[in-house]
Amino acid sequence: MKTKTTNVLLAGATVALSVLPLVCSRPATGEAFSGSDGQVGAVIEQLRPGYRLWFSPLWVPPSSEIESSLFGLQAAIGAGALCYALGYLRGSSNRMKDPNA
Amino acid sequence: MHIMEGYLPIEHALGWSVVSAPFLGFGFYRLSSRIKEDSSAKLFLGACAGFAFVLSALKLPSLTGSCSHPTGVGLGAILLGPATMSVLGAVVLLFQALFLAHGGLTTLGANAFSMAIVGSFVAWSVHAVSIRVRVPVGAAIFLSALLSDLATYATTALQLGLAFPDSQGGSVVSTARFLLVFLPTQLPLAVSEGLLTVFVINLLGSHLGDDKRFHGLTGVAR
Repeated sequence: MKTKTTNVLLAGATVALSVLPLVCSRPATGEAFSGSDGQVGAVIEQLRPGYRLWFSPLWVPPSSEIESSLFGLQAAIGAGALCYALGYLRGSSNRMKDPNA
Repeated sequence: MHIMEGYLPIEHALGWSVVSAPFLGFGFYRLSSRIKEDSSAKLFLGACAGFAFVLSALKLPSLTGSCSHPTGVGLGAILLGPATMSVLGAVVLLFQALFLAHGGLTTLGANAFSMAIVGSFVAWSVHAVSIRVRVPVGAAIFLSALLSDLATYATTALQLGLAFPDSQGGSVVSTARFLLVFLPTQLPLAVSEGLLTVFVINLLGSHLGDDKRFHGLTGVAR
């Protein structure tokens, strides 16, 4: 199979894997699509009731809007770095094929 | 897999930091000598760090009705080697602990151990073994990213299980309970991570021609 075809299939399957749950899974108890990292707290509370957190974050995003924009920023920085590398490689391989271009 | 700030008792927090430190120290040494040897290595470092930044920022819905996120360390572990990638993974975790209140400074050692260190070494070993037994390159990459993702979450469950043993069944029972929180949600996400890692390696590879620096496509990075 050509790499391009494979990649279209890979991307399609990944998108399907994230969209499918939104359509067909019904969340169990509690908040729909809450984070599994956050669910840990409830289990700790059952295993050791009254466990006191002994340290809290130095800084907490003041609202969920700001938090989501910071997550967006993290993804943007990452995508920027990755795509810079991809573009650089593509540019240099094109130049190697056709030095006059 | 982020254990939140203050969740681990102080002796566990310190213990995991001590365990992680030598790996990260060695990784930092490998990272800096790699940059000195070959300045174009920065491009691959940037690409792999970027991938981990993107993937660990994306909290994706899973079939269980919960959300979780992939880790993105498989790519770098395959292309750069596990020691180097573990440093980049730890940088991602530090960023999230400082600016997002996601994870934490006291739990940084534990989180770095599960995601950056275990994640990288599992990805790298699975890839190395798969290539050795002649698994096709794409399948080898898929498998190593998938298992690296799952191993990371299993390690987190173990860390929490050790810190909070069940009053009757001890750490075995509590670890199982934490595994039950993570793994069903994580399984489809680990598949996504495997697919995405193959996708990105295909993209990188299609522009490289016969560039031999890109070890991961054909052989095994150190």
